[in-house]
Amino acid sequence: MSVALEVSGLEVAYRSARGFVPVVRGVDLTLAKGRVLALLGESGSGKSVTLRSVVGLTAREGARVSGRVRVLGQDVLAMDARRQLDLRGSQVGFVFQEPMTALDPVFRVGDQIAEVLVRHRGATWAEGMARARALFDLVQIPAAAQRLRAYPSELSGGLRQRAMIAIALACEPPLLLADEPTTALDATVQIQVLLLLRDLQKQLGTAVVFVTHDLGVAAEIADEVAVMYAGRIVERGSAEQVLLAPEHPYTRALLGCVVRGGYAEAPLVELAGSPPDLARLPPGCSFAPRCVSAFAPCGVEEPGEREREAGHRARCHLGR
Amino acid sequence: MMAPLPSLPDRGGPAQPMLTVTGLRRWFKLDSRRVIRAVDGLDFSVAKGATLGIVGESGCGKSTAAKLVAGIEAADAGEVVLDGEVFWARGARIGPEARRAVQMVFQDSHSSLNPRMTAAESIAFGPEAHGVKPAVARAYALELLEAVGLPPDRFADRSPLALSGGQRQRVNIARALALRPRVLLLDEPVSALDKSVEAQVLNLLVRLRVQLDLTYVFISHDLSVVRYVADEVAVMYLGQVVEQAPAATIFAQPLHPYTRALFASKPSVDPRRRIAAPPILGDPPDPVDPPSGCRFRTRCGFAEALCATGTPPLGAVAPGHRVACWMAVPRSGHSKAGVAA
Ligand SMILES: Nc1ncnc2c1ncn2[C@@H]1O[C@H](COP(=O)(O)OP(=O)(O)OP(=O)(O)O)[C@@H](O)[C@H]1O
Ligand SMILES: Nc1ncnc2c1ncn2[C@@H]1O[C@H](COP(=O)(O)OP(=O)(O)OP(=O)(O)O)[C@@H](O)[C@H]1O
Ligand code: SF4
Ligand code: SF4
Ligand SMILES: [Mg+2]
Ligand SMILES: [Mg+2]
Repeated sequence: MSVALEVSGLEVAYRSARGFVPVVRGVDLTLAKGRVLALLGESGSGKSVTLRSVVGLTAREGARVSGRVRVLGQDVLAMDARRQLDLRGSQVGFVFQEPMTALDPVFRVGDQIAEVLVRHRGATWAEGMARARALFDLVQIPAAAQRLRAYPSELSGGLRQRAMIAIALACEPPLLLADEPTTALDATVQIQVLLLLRDLQKQLGTAVVFVTHDLGVAAEIADEVAVMYAGRIVERGSAEQVLLAPEHPYTRALLGCVVRGGYAEAPLVELAGSPPDLARLPPGCSFAPRCVSAFAPCGVEEPGEREREAGHRARCHLGR
Repeated sequence: MMAPLPSLPDRGGPAQPMLTVTGLRRWFKLDSRRVIRAVDGLDFSVAKGATLGIVGESGCGKSTAAKLVAGIEAADAGEVVLDGEVFWARGARIGPEARRAVQMVFQDSHSSLNPRMTAAESIAFGPEAHGVKPAVARAYALELLEAVGLPPDRFADRSPLALSGGQRQRVNIARALALRPRVLLLDEPVSALDKSVEAQVLNLLVRLRVQLDLTYVFISHDLSVVRYVADEVAVMYLGQVVEQAPAATIFAQPLHPYTRALFASKPSVDPRRRIAAPPILGDPPDPVDPPSGCRFRTRCGFAEALCATGTPPLGAVAPGHRVACWMAVPRSGHSKAGVAA
């Protein structure tokens, strides 16, 4: 198996008035080339921080980062800023939730793509523009020639997100990091962009880490799923294992909360409480205060990760 | 709960719709040439104690429609009738008592609470403005906090900055309820919330509706959410309703091609049942220059020449089920006319 991404013992802490607060607390991930991993979890669970750490961005934000991150065998955390920047442009593509944060509003989108190719691939401007045109066709932007000359603000949300995917894929990176790339889109547009990404990923053999809080979106695109809670991965396995036969009480609760049917049939299953304050984590299992299955050891001892089935692991004391 | 403000009395009896909206219109002038037809001829009514769900994509005019109904934004045309009496018509002012009857919970829970007021102060503010003594208004605010699942001893004196999104949304709901409305317009009340919190707020809303004898207009872009809360569903596209029916009917038998596409775009949580191809292509068109005839025709797989020239009427295909599509109009000239229905 050739590995696109390997993260081990990743810990990230941000400085606050109360000292360093750990927000990612020992994350391990291995992603083979050409596979799609969905990173699921509620707001604040550490999904985006994990993703930003993969390309060395969190350390530069002033976070305290430890552990190891290897992209295509290269140790990212040991690289200097220039090499990290180069890695981001040429070997790792990044797609964000809000494309306006990544697209420069004062440049035409076509020029922005060409620029990436000139910088990272040593292409001429003409080659860059020709490739930009091909990329716009690839991401199914209609009237591509005309749209290449548009400024980001002149594109609709769906087209802007496609343009951003085009930029991320410009250098055909072996690894793509996508942070909620379809969350801000309308339902009929979201599914188009999601299926586009799924098709391109297959076609180009790109490994993808796809961050989302939407279980349906994960089911649509992921080979593997990892569920985060309070800075840790609490369950992982194939999409079928995690979404159809969840082991961890938190994953089960998330699936239980999916809105289905009508109010006249049954009240929705609620997950009581809210995620813990990372600066004041409860002792033992971080999920214990909200867990319907909690029992004696949960408030005392942190559960380790155990394998339930080949490739299916959960961090929980149940069934020990 | 002992409310210091009386609930407004029922006038028309149970058969009188709580809310009847006709010909509602609001165009925004961008400059001398360009106009956004945000809400362009809206008709609907909501039965007493029922929930009308309005679903549609970003920019189709849901928030504008809600603000027009609430009288927060002035309409260019149209009329809103509340329990048999005119709530407002063009040029008329809404009296303070009538205004109390229709309250809105805004889409953006962040900016709709004053950061300089505590949760209890925000909730008590409305009743005080209606002449309730401060001490009484505060006591009622604490009861409401309890009712929306925020124990007052922990939450009453918090600033909105110290609340999570779900907690803030509950304060917003409590604040609207404090005026004892009969109609609550809920604009995307759960869309900014985490899934686990979404269920809490939806259950709360369903419970409060019965407890306080409320009628809801519930706006969302999320179909499952609308399906869960609504008795009646209206689907909007570019400023207009394209289909309306009882919830059970529209989910069992959606007729408008846009409604169907919207339903088919929703992923399931089963990785074995993936969507093979997008139900429709393209983005919603620019509201400044909407397509002629049927506004959905640029994305509709069934569009024919007729669809570009004539606007299909929102007509009844069965009792209570209205659709705006030429295919639903017998002998309209569309080759599939009458087939779909
Ligand atoms: N630059 C930063 N400085 C300080 N704290 C940060 C910073 N970035 C993130 N955090 C904190 O780290 C935690 C994890 O944040 P992260 O953005 O990874 O969450 P997430 O799982 O992506 O959530 P969401 O679904 O809301 O995007 C949060 O508590 C957040 O407030
Ligand atoms: N004050 C305004 N001035 C000009 N245009 C406006 C104004 N308010 C809304 N619009 C436009 O009217 C249209 C309808 O907007 P509205 O906010 O009602 O949509 P919506 O369905 O609530 O969308 P969303 O799902 O994004 O909240 C949009 O094209 C919007 O840009
Ligand atoms: S370890 Fe205990 S508290 Fe934590 S998820 Fe498992 S059962 Fe629940
Ligand atoms: S009227 Fe024509 S374009 Fe509009 S939805 Fe019906 S078939 Fe499609
Ligand atoms: Mg995030
Ligand atoms: Mg809105």
